[in-house]
Amino acid sequence: MNPILETRAVTKRFSKSLDFAAKLARRMGANVSEETVHAVDGVDLAVMPGEVVGLVGESGCGKSTLGRMVAGILPPTEGSVMFEGADIAAMDRAEARKAALEIQMIFQDPFASLNPRMRVDQIIGEAPLFHGIASRAELPDYVDDIMRRTGLDPSLKRRYPHQFSGGQRQRIGIARALAVKPRFLVCDEAIAALDVSIQAQVINLFVDLREELDLTYLFISHDLSVVEHISDRVVIMYLGRVVESAPIADIFDAPNHPYTVALLNEAPRLDQRRRAFEPVKGEIPSPLDPPTGCHFHPRCPHAHARCSAERPALREIAPGRLSACHLNDG
Amino acid sequence: MTDTAAAPVVKVQSPFRRFASEFFESWIARVALLTLLTIIFLALAAPWITPQNPYDLGQVDVLDGRLPPGEEAFAGYTMWLGSDGAGRDLYSAILYGLRISLAVGVASGGIALVIGSLIGLFAAYAGGRVETLIMRLVDLQLSFPAALTALILVAILGKGIDKIIIALVLVQWAYYARTVRGSALVERRKEYIEAATCLGLSHGRIVMRHIMPNCLAPLIVVGTVQTAHAIALEATLSFLGVGLPQTEPSLGVLIANGYEYMLSGRYWISVFPGLALLLTIVSINLVGDRLRDVLNPRLSR
Amino acid sequence: MTATLSVTGLHTHFFTRAGVVKAVDGVDFDVAPGEVMGLVGESGSGKSITGFSIMGLIDEPGKIVSGSIRLKGEELVGASEEAMRALRGNRVAMIFQDPMMTLNPVLRVDTQMVEAIRAHEKVSKRDALARSRDALGMVGIPAPEERLRAYPHQLSGGMRQRVAIAIAFLNEPDLIIADEPTTALDVTIQSQIIHEAQSLCKRTGTALIWITHDLAVVAGIADRIAVMYAGRIVEAGGIDAVIDTPLHPYTVGLLGSVPTSNRRGERLTQIPGMPPNVLNLPEGCTFRERCPRATAECRHEPAITEPRAGQAVRCFHPHGGGA
Repeated sequence: MNPILETRAVTKRFSKSLDFAAKLARRMGANVSEETVHAVDGVDLAVMPGEVVGLVGESGCGKSTLGRMVAGILPPTEGSVMFEGADIAAMDRAEARKAALEIQMIFQDPFASLNPRMRVDQIIGEAPLFHGIASRAELPDYVDDIMRRTGLDPSLKRRYPHQFSGGQRQRIGIARALAVKPRFLVCDEAIAALDVSIQAQVINLFVDLREELDLTYLFISHDLSVVEHISDRVVIMYLGRVVESAPIADIFDAPNHPYTVALLNEAPRLDQRRRAFEPVKGEIPSPLDPPTGCHFHPRCPHAHARCSAERPALREIAPGRLSACHLNDG
Repeated sequence: MTDTAAAPVVKVQSPFRRFASEFFESWIARVALLTLLTIIFLALAAPWITPQNPYDLGQVDVLDGRLPPGEEAFAGYTMWLGSDGAGRDLYSAILYGLRISLAVGVASGGIALVIGSLIGLFAAYAGGRVETLIMRLVDLQLSFPAALTALILVAILGKGIDKIIIALVLVQWAYYARTVRGSALVERRKEYIEAATCLGLSHGRIVMRHIMPNCLAPLIVVGTVQTAHAIALEATLSFLGVGLPQTEPSLGVLIANGYEYMLSGRYWISVFPGLALLLTIVSINLVGDRLRDVLNPRLSR
Repeated sequence: MTATLSVTGLHTHFFTRAGVVKAVDGVDFDVAPGEVMGLVGESGSGKSITGFSIMGLIDEPGKIVSGSIRLKGEELVGASEEAMRALRGNRVAMIFQDPMMTLNPVLRVDTQMVEAIRAHEKVSKRDALARSRDALGMVGIPAPEERLRAYPHQLSGGMRQRVAIAIAFLNEPDLIIADEPTTALDVTIQSQIIHEAQSLCKRTGTALIWITHDLAVVAGIADRIAVMYAGRIVEAGGIDAVIDTPLHPYTVGLLGSVPTSNRRGERLTQIPGMPPNVLNLPEGCTFRERCPRATAECRHEPAITEPRAGQAVRCFHPHGGGA
């Protein structure tokens, strides 16, 4: 079986290039240099059809940037995104558009992700009408159907986003994405901004939709317990690179990479009371100035000489398990 | 399994209705809006509610000139606000003058708004060098004092009401461009624009249907204040003698005409048109202030 | 031993144009010296407003309409602004979710810390500076000398929050209220912050109220927990008792909403319906419209009962008494 979505050596760099004044200053000896952020640094990812892949990491790890590249919102600086085996960048316009519609994104902020000046039926119905998925005559019923599917009452469709709660707005966002009949959904912290009880509703909705519509998910989150609940496989990122990738049971029972170990240790769990937190030392480095070699070495309790010199490759350490750590080399 | 959750609000409430009810909460806004609407109404109804058409030289008699307020004109009607040097009934002249002032202000403001907004939107969406170029042009334009620029333009273009409007448009478009570009930049970063991109909508559609409607709030505020500014600018030009002609005086011309009579005690020739101008500009500004307060995104508890 | 904090019958209402919002509608709890109390609830539950009420930070159109808040016996409700100012930062301090609510962006860190000390004590600048340096060291900030001279924007989010915590602990207050201090931080940084707060509290004997919506965090840090819903505390008790054997249906629902490892892949408990509209609270038990156990009786307000020693609940049909 082939992956439905693959990224090959995908890299995204944001550089603030120097404008005229700054170039002049540099020529005169000022200490001005181009700043480059390596948001995503050579990521290989493969998602099988029907799978839920959880993408986990802390700030600066590049998971949101990676998600946006997969969804087609940001173009990669290097590398390619393949959908159903074909490179999206190499497709002609019609095919590329079709592929773009098949990959949709659910956003984090339920307030900023909906156009405040459009009614709900317009928000959901705009894209299908634009792309000819539903004709003008079919549109009202089409919108109703999708609203019901996402747990919204169709009689509310002439309202504006500000009249809905956070959880409902997130459902509207999901409905908007589903309206173009996608096969792959990128969920970028889609439940992070919601209350706990509403999170449960939306998580259940995601699980239901996956079964009903045969969807594949890339579920981006910083919340390990949610990822554990919903994913089949987990990919851990740190400062732009993938450090570990494994099936769900393996990673939580026997994490390999030191960062994964730290992350799992630190995450508060309901069944651990009055614990003595033993945090990993150090701050998350700035993506403007990442450490050399393995990005994690300044904070790693097992770091040795090789770690600061050489970037560890992401290797298969067991069937289906990948890890990027020199310690695995024996 | 659906879990239908009903929204707590009962009625369908468009953003406009919500905005309107908030606007009217302030009594200052109510008074200002009422004043403004009254002024506009009076100006529009001028031909029917004035005893004299001050632009019709046949009706104007120099023997009626310089009459103090309350005196009777030769033709038999009372000049409640007095008359100016040429014999024009000031009440009529003010109302007719208001028509011109308002027309010029609104027309130039409206055209500048459309042109400026399109340029600002284009700059924000295009980004890169195009945006930089356009914004430097805007900065250049805004660094010159408005009155000076208008004077120079009128000197180049010549006299006449259409030339004045063109000059005022050229002076004002930059404010709109800068405002809209700022708003558009903020909106462009928001997630609903990313969603629109993800959904494969065309650039034109995204700009006009998604970004533009959400830039209206500051645009409306700038629009009202700039209209007041345009009216004042036209009055300035007319006062300096390069604006509208004497035969169709706007408020600025009336004030200029009466200026020479100030020292001889015939204050009404300048003061009444001046008060009318002041009232118009202040009420527009107060309405604009209230609009800005209401349209500002506020923290909600 | 007198409780460090004793809140009785607190009602904080907001008189808005749209109606009266009863943000806090009858809250009672005590915090013992050195205890960590977790105040848990979702948005609209009134937990943050409770914290602000204790600090006396409720502004128009809000007002504490009734109730008593006693800090080591001293009554805070109705106290003069001068009295409150003497207490704030000195005997009771607050840590906010956004550290920029504590830190002034145009002042250096040392200026702000020295100011906080000298506002309440007559010490020389040099002594105050030394104390500030020690405080930064205690919250785990490396190279405190350099950090003292920095401006807030030069520090990362985690650092800023640590400085905010250091400022809170500077004058060794009796009580610290932390309002969602780690919600915006990453997991590894969050764990560091919780660690610092925990060890500082143990060292100075300060009582801590930790306000959050994250049950897992509370489980790790608190000794006792109070669950709030629509302005009232619906359940309170020791942390183990409430989490392992919850009584109130809302607590049960909330705990069921949290994904945990032993129920991987199962459907999460969904509390039906939506949080109540604060302008239009149902009479009687505010949770009854969403409660699977509600009966006609619930239209009356339930009194606080204690089905188990040390665990109080506000419900006519609590769990645990058999089902």
